[in-house]
Amino acid sequence: MEATVRRLSIDRTVAAIALAVGAFGASFGVLADAAGLGTAQAIVMSVVVFAGSAQFAAVAALDGGASTVSAALSGIALNLRYLPMGLVAARSLRGGRLRRAAKAHLVTDEAVAVASRPDGSVDEPRFLATGLSMWVLWIAGTALGALGGSLIGDPESLGLDAAFPALFLALVAPRVREERGARRAALAGAALAAAGTVVLPAGLATVVAALGALAGLTVVETTRAGSEAGRERPRRPDPREEAGP
Amino acid sequence: MSGWVLVAIVAAATYGLRAAGPLGIGTAGLPGWAERSLPYVTPAVLAGLVVTATFASGRDLVLDERALGLGAAAVAVALRAPTLLVVVVAAAVTALARL
Repeated sequence: MEATVRRLSIDRTVAAIALAVGAFGASFGVLADAAGLGTAQAIVMSVVVFAGSAQFAAVAALDGGASTVSAALSGIALNLRYLPMGLVAARSLRGGRLRRAAKAHLVTDEAVAVASRPDGSVDEPRFLATGLSMWVLWIAGTALGALGGSLIGDPESLGLDAAFPALFLALVAPRVREERGARRAALAGAALAAAGTVVLPAGLATVVAALGALAGLTVVETTRAGSEAGRERPRRPDPREEAGP
Repeated sequence: MSGWVLVAIVAAATYGLRAAGPLGIGTAGLPGWAERSLPYVTPAVLAGLVVTATFASGRDLVLDERALGLGAAAVAVALRAPTLLVVVVAAAVTALARL
């Protein structure tokens, strides 16, 4: 029990993420209500989809007169990035198939980011604490917004739409400060996302940016590793050759 | 009715995307080249999201109040402010600029 409590310990950063997600959930509830989605539908959507920007996009598209399928696709496009994010978390999620299946639902940008280590692995307890607290507050926020939307007012007038890029910036900053590779990945991702916004269908910019950045960096890394190995060979004589009689 | 169908489709697809890694490859690991690319995933995705969430408006790039909020957040991050403060500063500056 003590171990469980310690494992779910929530520090200030995790609390900040969960609070921001709760506020964002409230603004989703307000939007869903205004778009004519029932309260039950809005809350269930937050339970089972648990992806902010996709839920906003899908509900707004439906409200704008899009067909159900095309509204769904506009949400799903935004979530394609969960495939690579899930791969990052994959190795670090413990337990049997059922447990890993449940933990996979918590794969979110924030939970993976705040728990990710420079070697590409994920601190599982921190991932779970962040993902679970986000999920609970996302659902609670949605319920609050859907039921009491008129009390909250217009989320945009509160600047909530700017809270998320700020949160992502805060989460990426420590890695960008300390690792050259992360710095390059962030720059490439940002540049490709800007280009992708203009040239790609809505929602695809982020995932394309991520995959493009990965492909580029992996090629560079592999090439450099190869050429460095080539350069170092003459300076490091094979020990077996030196070990004479 | 279409609301429930929408919820079901988006939920199923999203869970499939999330779980493909953890359930598909489990703890077995990826081929070497993919393994080496993993440390880059999070910074690339987050930086891409910063750009789209701040500057995208449909398929255009725009400078509006969100950019002011992000600028204020960047200053807070540079001063090593705690995460909650960074988020609050961004929202507050954006809200003030919209008054």
